[in-house]
Order: sequence, then structure tokens, then C-alpha cells
Amino acid sequence: MGRELSRRRLWGPTRAGFGRKMLYDRRIPVSPEPVAAAAVVPRAASSQRDLRLDLFRGLALWLIFLDHIPSNIVSWGTIRNYGFSDAAEIFIFISGYTAAFVYGRAMRERGFIIASARILKRAWQIYVAHMFLFVIYMAEIAYVSSSFENPLYHEEMGIFDFLKQPDVTLIQALLLKFKPVNMDVLPLYIVLLLGFPPALWLLQRQATVALAASAALYALTWHFGWNLPAYPTGSWWFNPFAWQLLFVLGAWCALGGAGRIGRFTRSPVVLALAAAYLVFAFAVVMTWYFPPLAPLVPKWLGDVMYPIDKINLDVLRIIHFLALAAITVRFVPLDWPGLQSRWLRPAILCGQHSLEIFCLGIFLSFAGHFVFNEISDAVFMQVLVSAVGIAIMVAAAALIAWYKSIEGRSPGSRSKPPDADLAGGEA
Amino acid sequence: MRRWTAAALAVLGGMGGTLAAESPDCAVSAHLAAAEYPLPRVAAAVDQAKRLDITVVGAGSSTLAGPGGVDLAYPARLEVILGERLPGVKTKLITNVKPRRTAADMAEGFEKILMEDKPVLVIWQSGTVDAITGADPEDFRATLDDGVETLHAGGADVILMNMQYSPRTESMIAIQAYADNMRLVSQQREVPLLDRFAIMRNWNELGTFDLNAATKKLETAARIHDCLAQFLANLIHGGIKLQREQLRPIQ
Repeated sequence: MGRELSRRRLWGPTRAGFGRKMLYDRRIPVSPEPVAAAAVVPRAASSQRDLRLDLFRGLALWLIFLDHIPSNIVSWGTIRNYGFSDAAEIFIFISGYTAAFVYGRAMRERGFIIASARILKRAWQIYVAHMFLFVIYMAEIAYVSSSFENPLYHEEMGIFDFLKQPDVTLIQALLLKFKPVNMDVLPLYIVLLLGFPPALWLLQRQATVALAASAALYALTWHFGWNLPAYPTGSWWFNPFAWQLLFVLGAWCALGGAGRIGRFTRSPVVLALAAAYLVFAFAVVMTWYFPPLAPLVPKWLGDVMYPIDKINLDVLRIIHFLALAAITVRFVPLDWPGLQSRWLRPAILCGQHSLEIFCLGIFLSFAGHFVFNEISDAVFMQVLVSAVGIAIMVAAAALIAWYKSIEGRSPGSRSKPPDADLAGGEA
Repeated sequence: MRRWTAAALAVLGGMGGTLAAESPDCAVSAHLAAAEYPLPRVAAAVDQAKRLDITVVGAGSSTLAGPGGVDLAYPARLEVILGERLPGVKTKLITNVKPRRTAADMAEGFEKILMEDKPVLVIWQSGTVDAITGADPEDFRATLDDGVETLHAGGADVILMNMQYSPRTESMIAIQAYADNMRLVSQQREVPLLDRFAIMRNWNELGTFDLNAATKKLETAARIHDCLAQFLANLIHGGIKLQREQLRPIQ
């Protein structure tokens, strides 16, 4: 598709009306009758694959990669610097959405036990992937500990102390209690999946009750300070009892919630409020980066807002994500021609193979930082490492897609397993 | 190239790209070294009693290992610099520095320090060990907040100092949440913060110091500590001046 064509279609007069209609039409089946639902799903799924989920999850994976390379100038372009929420919210929300879509269908068609078994199998795969990343991390840290010495950093070298006790450290890592920096998302994902079967069961029967229960757990977590313990001290950096709210919210939207609140989220008032909130968040964040601006935030406002807690998914972050989502859905409808553009194809490909590409991104961010230290951290090197990293992620995604196609599992393929790649890639 | 980019970023930040330091060797962007808050207790002691008793409370990065390291580290340098800058004022500096202490470990000793040292200024360096051991950032913030309250109640002003910027271990220690919480306490309690992390990162970007180099020598470390001492002296001096200008009463 040529650039001219896509631009014309993007801005053409048909966009708004057609897009709105398609959003209404977009049905994720939530029929109370399993037979009727099963009859609708396959056709809807193969013809209505929502590429937006793939696209934004792919973009989130790129942003997570860029953000995880310390002191990377390119990470100034990522959304965490311009508002309260970051790529983690996008990733978890879309993961909840796709998990509900994929396993919801399995649960309707084949029952609770089969669907639960598949969810747990997925959790196991993610656990293995996490441990694989941990081994790579250990290799890097062991290398640095033996090759770097500087009297200035005597205390910082204490980070390597755990290498002296591999027996304890490895067991704590297997228990998901010892989690090195930037390796917190997959353990969160594992716990969310472990708790997902009953949540999905309830979502399919009483969606509103399930969402309310999730919100209640979130509120109780804030009230009582619940979290899982970490090693050697502290607790999880992504508190599963808080972050589950976003996962369940994504699942709720996938199972018909998005349609139910569609009229609300598309109302001009809501869009205006969302835009105003994004501007507000942007202004606040600017005062963090330019300390002379800090006095512009009134003390009472600072006392109310701060600290904006990522561990427990601060409500300011949720609102920021929802505002972003409302505006994104408004301007990127399901039938947005850009989704077919080859320029967005790389991001969509990455989003369709999220587990593999997420793990690769974490590895590449380690490797990128390693390159900065060992070779050069000049600005052009930072840009180069960022670009090459994303290129490797895209190439890997293409390779995985090719493997799946030769195994008869390409997206849209009707061969088995029928739903692993539906509606935004894997769950 | 990196040098120019960093300078350009400083200009974009509205800092005018000016560099501020007592010695040109310590050049950083001006806003990183500006005194923001007055130090009423210090000003009163300097103006009235003509003396300044300081205690530095810190962990391993408040000293330098090796022969002569203590004399080259920032607390000893600060005492020398203040002696030169505040003529006629009797300056005494006590160090309470032990490696591997968290903020909570240090705060436990505050009552004793207040009783025995009777400082009018406590320089509280912390955050590194909390970040390494993964302490709960919210607990860290609460510890800092309570600690500042205790010190204020005991008659001492406080200057907070955060972690070092360490490019080699940057991907292995999650510093940011702790640095953010320290800045938050600094703003809410209106106590000066020596943003050592940002200053050292700025040095690394500007090429003032190469923080990536592996070495056993103390030379660069000593120069860095000397610069940190100069910035601390600026904060103290600036805090006294702000107090004189504002004539704000002690709460």
C-alpha cells in the first residue's frame, strides 16, 4: 500500500462514520448459551482479528525494551516520560484482553477444566522463560563482578554479594522471590494467569460482579498493604493484587464490556476529560524533569498526588492509561486502514508473539547496556543499539511467524490449535 | 558529540546551559547545584554562636577505602572547605559512616547522635543499600520522612544526599524509585537535597569524569569527592544566605 493511498484513507471522509459503525458491530461473543456462542466465534474470529491489540502490544514491547536500557537517550521518546502510566499498563491490559478472548472461547467450547489446563500450561511456559532470562542475567552480573573494580563504587559492588550464595539465590529465584531489576513483569504475568481460571469463569457469567470483585481486591490491597514477599527484603515491584485490576479490566472489555461502555467512552465529554487529564499529567511530569518548574505544582496538590505508586498501580496511573485508551480507540478504529500498512506490520508482528519478543527484549536491553559499557555510550551508539534491538525483535517475530506457518499455525489458519493466535496473538 | 547533546539538553531545560561550580573541574548544569531551601538552625548557629557542628551520617559511599581514603572523602574535604569559606566560625564535622547501612539502620542512631554530637546540621546520605537489598520504596520514604522530623525536633537542619550514579551497575540496581522518594521528602519537608545521582550522571555525560573506567587508583574518586564537598558547601552557604534574606522563624 502506497503512502499516498494510506494517508487519503486515513483522513478520508468515511473514517469517522464507518469506524463508529464497525466498533458497534465488533462483537466479542458473550452469549449465555454456549452453543450459540460457538456458532458465532470462529467466523467472527477469523474475519475480525483485532490488529490494534497486536499493534499496541508490539509497540509496548518496543517501549519496554527501550526503557530497560539505562541512560538511553532514545528512551526519552517513550510514553513514561510524558505521563503517569507507561508501557507496563498497555502490556498487562492487552494481555488480559487477549487471555479472555482466547481462553474464554476455550472455556465456553470445552469447559472449565480444559481451559484452566491450558491457562496453567501457559503460566508454566512463562515461568520457564523467566528462568531462562534469569540465567542470562546471572551470566552478565558474574562477568561484571569479576571484571570491574573502582574504589568509588565499593558499596555498589555489594549487589554482587548474592553470587557468593548461589544455593540460596537460585532457590529464591525459583520461588519468584528473588527478581533482578527489570525482571518483574513475567512473574506478575504468571501469578495473574494462575488466578485467571476462576476470574474468567465468573466474568463469563456475571461480568459486572467479577469486575467489582477485582476492584474490591484492589481496594483491600491498598487498605491492608497486601503484597507478595521478595528476597532479600521488600515485596514485589508489580503487586499482583493491585495489577490484577488492569488485567481483569482488559478481560472484561474483551468479553463484551467494551461494547457496553462504548457509547460512554466515545462521548465528547469523556474524550474532552481524557484529553484534559493527559495534558495535566504531561504538565506535572515536566516539573519532575525540570526542577525549576517544580514550584508550579502547588503544595496541596503535591501532597495529594505524591507518591504516584507504580508498585500498587496508583489510581492516577490507571486513569492515565484509560484516558490514553479512550483517545486511542477514538482515533484508531478497528478498520483503520493504517493497520494494513506495511509500516506498522513490524510492530503488529511483535505483538503477535509477545512472550518470545518480551523475553528477547529483556535480553537485548541487558546486551545493549553491556555494549554501552564495553564499547561506547556515545549518542549515536545509543540510537544504533536501540534501532538494532528493535530490528532484531522484528526479525525474530518474523522468524517465529514463519515457524508457525510451516507448522500450520499461522494467524487465521484453521488448523490446530485453532485459537492460539487469535485476536492479538497469544494470550 | 555526547558533550554537545548534553549541553543542548541543558539549554532546552531552561537552565541556560550555564555551568556552576567553585572549581571548573566540577562543572555541572547549574540547576543541579543550586540552593533551594534555607537552613534556619545553621544560620542561627553561624550568625549568633559563631560555630557550626555538622554530623555526616552515611554508608559506604561516604568514605573511600584504602590508605588516606578517609581524608580524601567528601566529609573531610567539606570540613576543610567550610573552614576557608566561613572565616571566624568554628567548624566541627563528625562522621558517622559505616558501610552497608540502610536508611532505617542509620535513623536508629539519630537520637544518640543528637544527644552526643549536638549537631546543627546533619548530612544524611542514604539510598544505595536500600536499593541493593530491594527495600520497599514506600518504607524508605517513610523512614526518611520520620528521620528528618526527628532531626528537626532535635535542633538540627538536614541535607539529604542520594546515591551515586554508577554506569556499570545501572542495569542491576533499581535506583529511580528511591531517588524519586528522596526528592519527594526533600520537597515536602523543604530540606536541601544534594542530587549526587544527577550530578554524577551529568558529569558522565559532559565528560567531566569517566565513571565507566575500571581502576584501583583513588585519584578520580578523590576528585569526585572534592567536588561533592564543594557542592555541599554551596548548599550550606546558600541555605544560610536564603535564611538571612527570608528571616524565616524556626517552626
